[in-house]
Amino acid sequence: MTVRISDDAVAIACGADDVAAAFIAAGVTVERVSSWGMHWLEPLVDIDGSGYGPVSVDQVADIINGNAPSLGRIEDHPFIAKQTRLTFARAGKTRPLSLDDYYASDGWLGLARAREMGAQATIDTVMTSGLRGRGGAGFPAGIKWQTVARASGDQKYIVCNADEGDSATFADRMVMEGDPFMLIEGMAIAGFAVGADKGYVYIRSEYPHAIAKMEAAIKLSAHLVAPFVLEVRVGAGAYICGEETSLLNSLEGKRGEVRAKPPLPALEGLFGKPTIVNNVLTLAAIPWVLQHGGEAYAAFGAGRSRGTMPIQIAGNVKHGGLYEVAFGITLGELVHDIGGGTASGRPVRCVQVGGPLGAYIPPAQFHLPFDYEAFAAADALIGHAGVNIFDDTVDMAQMARFAMEFCAVESCGKCTPCRLGSTRGVETLDQIIAGKNVAANLALIADLSETMKFGSLCALGGFTPYPVMSAIKHFPEDFNR
Amino acid sequence: MATIADILAEHNDKEGPLLPVLHDVQKIFGHVSEEAMREIAQALNLTRAEVHGVVSFYHDFRKEVEPRPVLKLCRAEACKARGVEALVPIADNQNRIKVEAIYCLGLCAVGPSAMVGEKVYARLDGAKFKILLEAM
Repeated sequence: MTVRISDDAVAIACGADDVAAAFIAAGVTVERVSSWGMHWLEPLVDIDGSGYGPVSVDQVADIINGNAPSLGRIEDHPFIAKQTRLTFARAGKTRPLSLDDYYASDGWLGLARAREMGAQATIDTVMTSGLRGRGGAGFPAGIKWQTVARASGDQKYIVCNADEGDSATFADRMVMEGDPFMLIEGMAIAGFAVGADKGYVYIRSEYPHAIAKMEAAIKLSAHLVAPFVLEVRVGAGAYICGEETSLLNSLEGKRGEVRAKPPLPALEGLFGKPTIVNNVLTLAAIPWVLQHGGEAYAAFGAGRSRGTMPIQIAGNVKHGGLYEVAFGITLGELVHDIGGGTASGRPVRCVQVGGPLGAYIPPAQFHLPFDYEAFAAADALIGHAGVNIFDDTVDMAQMARFAMEFCAVESCGKCTPCRLGSTRGVETLDQIIAGKNVAANLALIADLSETMKFGSLCALGGFTPYPVMSAIKHFPEDFNR
Repeated sequence: MATIADILAEHNDKEGPLLPVLHDVQKIFGHVSEEAMREIAQALNLTRAEVHGVVSFYHDFRKEVEPRPVLKLCRAEACKARGVEALVPIADNQNRIKVEAIYCLGLCAVGPSAMVGEKVYARLDGAKFKILLEAM
C-alpha cells in the first residue's frame, strides 16, 4: 500500500507530517506530493486515487484496515471535477521535487517547443494566448516580453515576483511548493524569448517552505535550463516589495521604495537593465501556453480576460482552497456553489476580492463575472484573485480602519499621499468609530481617498481607498452607530 | 560560529548582496548590530547611513536581540474573517512569549494561523493557541 500525502505548507500546518509519520510507523510507504488544493480536507490522504480527510493521527489505523469512510475518488470530487486546471494540472498528483514525475507529466515540453520555434515565435505565441499579468495589473505578458526583447542591452533579466503578500492569496505559494519545475520552465522560456541569461525568484520570507523547494528545484534542474541561471532571493517582511519597482530596489540591496515610472522596468529594470518582472502565476502559465499553443489558451475565458485564473477561495468559507477556472465565473458561484458559504454557518455579509487593496463586495453584486474589465467597471479589482469571505459578524468600520492601518504600516514612505494619508485615515476613522462628527469625518475620508487614489505613486496608496470607500458605500450602517 | 567577514565572503560574488548578507547576520546573531552595519558598509562600499536605512526599512531585521521566544500571528483579513482577533487577548495576557503580528502566511482558508521559526500552525482556536504558547 502506498499513500500520498501533501507536503505543502497548508497540509503541514494542519498536521500532515504527523499523519505521514504514523503511516510510516505502521509500515506503509508514504509519498509526499503536492496539494490538491482542497484545504478544508487537509491533511488529505490519497490511497490509489481515493481520498480520506481531514485525517488525524488516531484515524490512521482505521484507514489502513479499511474501516474509515472514504471521500471517494478525489478526481471526481465536485470541487476538482468542475475546475479547468491548466496551471494546476499536476496538483495532488506529482512529487514536487521529482524530475521523473515532472518529465512523465509533460514537463519541459514547453521549453523544448520554444527552442524549436525560436525566440520571436515564442513571443508571438504568448501574444496570441492573450495571457495577462496575474499579479494584479493584468498587463499583457506578450507586450511586456516584446518590449524587453527589443530593448538594447548586453544584460537582461527575468524577475519572478513571488512576494505574494495579499491576504487570501496562496496560489503562488502552491506553485512553488507543489510544482517548482513548472515555474522554472516558464522562466527559462522567458529568458530564451527575450535573450536574458539570468533570472531571480524574489520570495517573501513568510514562505520558508516555498523558498526551500525552489532552491532545491533550481539545483536539480540547472543543467536543463542552462545557459539560463536562476537564483532565489528572499524578501524581508515588507509588503510593498510586491510592487515591481520596490521589488527591484530590494533585489539591488536597497530600501524597498517605489520608483517613479517611466522608465519602465522593461527598459530600465534591475540594475538599470531591461527586465521582465512577471508574477509566479504568469510565468507558471507559460509552459502550457507553449506546449499547446496560444490559440488553445485563448480559447478559454471571457472578453479580454483570456485563459484560466487560479482563484483562491479563503477566509470564512466552508470549502476553501485553490479553484482554477476560465474567466467569466460569477462571484456568487464561487462563494455559494463552490465555497459552500461560510465555515461558521452564518450568512455571508461580503467578500473582499484582490487582497488588502481590493474592494469589499456585498451579496447584491455577486452576479459580477470574474473578468478584469467587469470588476473595474464596478469599482473593484481582481488583483491576484483572492476571494476572502466574511460572515455577518464582521464590523466593516473596523475593516476600513484596518485597510488604512495596513497601508500606514507597509507604506514605503516615498510619496506623501500614502505615507501621511494612511495615518490621517486611521485617525479619522477612529473618530468615526467613536461617533464624533460622523458626517464631516466621512466627507473628509472621501476627500482623503480621492487624494490617495490619484496622488500616490503606486497601488498601495492608490488602491487603499477601494476597501475603505467600498465599505462605507455598501455598509453605511456600520459607520454611524 | 561564522563571523561577519565569513558571511560577507560567502556572498561576495552576488549582485546586490546586501539583503542576503543581512539575512545571514540576523539568522546567526539574532540581530544586526551597529558594529555589524559598520563592517558591512565598509565591505560593500556603502555608507553606514545606507546600510542603516535598509536595516530599518525591513520588518525582518532587528537592531537588538529579542530575548523571548517569538510567535508570529497572522492578523491579515482572511485570518480576521476566521476569528484571529479573539486570540489576541490571550497573547496580551502573557509576557513570556513575544507575539508579533504578521500579515499573511498564505494559509488563508485554514486560519487563524501562526508561525514559530519556520514551523507553521493552522486552525488555531483559543485552546490550541494556549497550548501552542505554553509549549514554547
